[in-house]
Amino acid sequence: MAVLKVTFTKKNRDKLAQVLWVLNWVSVVTGVTLFSLGLFLKVEIEKRRELMSKEVDSVPNMLICVGLTACTINFLGGKICYDCVDTTKFLRWKLLMLPYIICTFFFTFCILVGALMCYSMRNDLEESLFLGLRDAMRYYKDTDTPGRCYIKRTMDMLQMQFQCCGNGGYRDWFHTQWISNRFLDMTNSEVVERLRSNVEGKYLINGVPFSCCGLHSPRPCIQHQITNNSAHYNYDYHKEELNLNRRGCRQALLEHYTQIMQSIGLIVLIIWLFEVSVLTGVRYLQTAMENVLRCGDPDSESDGWLLENSIADTARYNFNIIKNLGKCYQVDDDPNIDVPSTSQQAQENVPIKQIPVPR
Amino acid sequence: MAVLPVRFTKTKRDKLAQVLWVLNWISIVTGIILFSLGIFLKVEINKRQDLMVERNLQSVPNMLIAVGLIACAINFLGGKICYDCVDTNKFLRWKLVMLPYIICTFFFTLSVLVGALMCYSMLGQLEESLTLGLRDAMRYYKDTDTPGRCFLKRTVDLLQIQFQCCGNKGYRDWFHIQWVSNRYLDMSQREVVDRLRSNVEGKYLMDGVPFSCCNVNSPRPCIQYQITNNSAHFNYDYQTEELNLWMRGCRQALLDYYTNIMHSIGLTVLIIWLFELSVLTGVRYLQTSLENVLRQGDPECESDGWLLENSFVETARTNFNIIKHLGKFNQINTASNGDPNIDRPSTAHYGPDNVPPKPSPTSS
Repeated sequence: MAVLKVTFTKKNRDKLAQVLWVLNWVSVVTGVTLFSLGLFLKVEIEKRRELMSKEVDSVPNMLICVGLTACTINFLGGKICYDCVDTTKFLRWKLLMLPYIICTFFFTFCILVGALMCYSMRNDLEESLFLGLRDAMRYYKDTDTPGRCYIKRTMDMLQMQFQCCGNGGYRDWFHTQWISNRFLDMTNSEVVERLRSNVEGKYLINGVPFSCCGLHSPRPCIQHQITNNSAHYNYDYHKEELNLNRRGCRQALLEHYTQIMQSIGLIVLIIWLFEVSVLTGVRYLQTAMENVLRCGDPDSESDGWLLENSIADTARYNFNIIKNLGKCYQVDDDPNIDVPSTSQQAQENVPIKQIPVPR
Repeated sequence: MAVLPVRFTKTKRDKLAQVLWVLNWISIVTGIILFSLGIFLKVEINKRQDLMVERNLQSVPNMLIAVGLIACAINFLGGKICYDCVDTNKFLRWKLVMLPYIICTFFFTLSVLVGALMCYSMLGQLEESLTLGLRDAMRYYKDTDTPGRCFLKRTVDLLQIQFQCCGNKGYRDWFHIQWVSNRYLDMSQREVVDRLRSNVEGKYLMDGVPFSCCNVNSPRPCIQYQITNNSAHFNYDYQTEELNLWMRGCRQALLDYYTNIMHSIGLTVLIIWLFELSVLTGVRYLQTSLENVLRQGDPECESDGWLLENSFVETARTNFNIIKHLGKFNQINTASNGDPNIDRPSTAHYGPDNVPPKPSPTSS
């Protein structure tokens, strides 16, 4: 009782082979698409590598591998389907086709896993961004330290481009010393007071860098003494919403990457569905061609199916094969197991008389 | 003595027609390219309309758009004509249209050339427009409560951040403009009142710039107020400090940006012009060689193709005479109708010998 049996005439088989040949080449293109999506994601993450504490490169690498493998598999599939129009050429591929189909089946699982990973990457990314941004803000002032001298520029460009400020909000800058000691006048009593009043000797102010300034503000930017209403005319920091960027940079970057990931995930899912349908077609083609060979007449009708027996039977059959594979090794080791004799007399199925032991 | 004659066999004529058919379709693509270049330029100019004083800058993109559309139409027709030219019978359909078509296309290629040259000449107008536009934008920077000008602050800030520039020619332009609105000035403070009074026009001027002038490459936090006052900041000398603010003026930055665009577009249009001219030359050769085939009567024979049947001078003279006679034609009719004394040859028939009679002697 085959699963989803379909009868194919010679013409149907030929048409199926041709259609599958075209679809396999389209799949090569989708494989290239997967590869370039992975590359694009990798580049986007590399661009802001400085702001992430650890590499979040599992997803782009997965997509790149899957893309390349898809190209190879579908290229081979295209060649096979091209040859399947001719029964003699099919004999070349006969032994290879079933392993090919099984490999492709497991490969499509990889694509599905790749698509799901796109959606699950968010948590990893959030943690990485939190730690990365915290460190970037801490090293903002170290423009004279090699290895960290570009962090100020990266942070400023980020805050201006994404219109965000700080890690969770602008108040994060109040807890970080973002002005280097090189630019602090230590002879000024105010400066010394401030340094001394802090436990760790850090110069903290209620001010933010210029890149936090909001573009939509109707008034010139207030970036120092933000919480001091009396320092500025006609200013109330509780009500003032346009002066600085309100959003935290972690949230801004997370949204940016989530959008990219969701689009990529959707495209990968569509490609997965396409690959599964091509695989189904190849399976039908393979079973139909094998039945033709079994019948002997290349022009006759033949059946194609997904599985020869029902799913339960096939599963049981494969399970037995695996079990017997295991048993094969066990039998050799233990000599005491009752092994049926393989000598000549045994073939006549006559049991050997036992040799009488003298009492 | 024809200009640049070329001998064509039947196969060569057919090949020429086929090649011209393909080239005409490529020309349609170049027409679309011209169209999209015009649209791109229009969008780029509109994006920064706030910063430009209207100076008839829309003529260049409009010209490119029109030329692109006309190029598509002309080359589509040319493609059809060349496709039919393989068959001498079908050519007869187009025989009368071809010469006017070639003349029209010749004048059209002139307009493509004019379009390319306009791209380069637009830059002068653009510079003037930008200077005045930026000056006004900076003047109205503080007027965020005036309808019609409330977005100028944002536009100028975005411009300075995006193009990494400050002010019109440099950051000092901000020192001569009041860019802090009176709404945010504490008139009860003596300092503010002093500053306002010390200025002739009552403007609040200071040696500070907006935050968008800050340079991201600076190793120290941005100094945007009291820029020329060294003692106000620790370890600071404004004359040697180059990374604190953007040094370039926005007029120069925008001009460089638009110059790049215009040069690229101008070069592309020139290349398209050369291509169109070569296609036109091919069509002219095809037309003359097919007409010569028809003149000889045998579709399979060889024929000559040329650019002009006679030399330039003779062709110019012929055309000039045609135009003169067109004018004279009207003159002759009116003159003979009005004046009976003009010596007109007689049209009478004087018998079988056609000998005019001797004038009868008058009696002396």
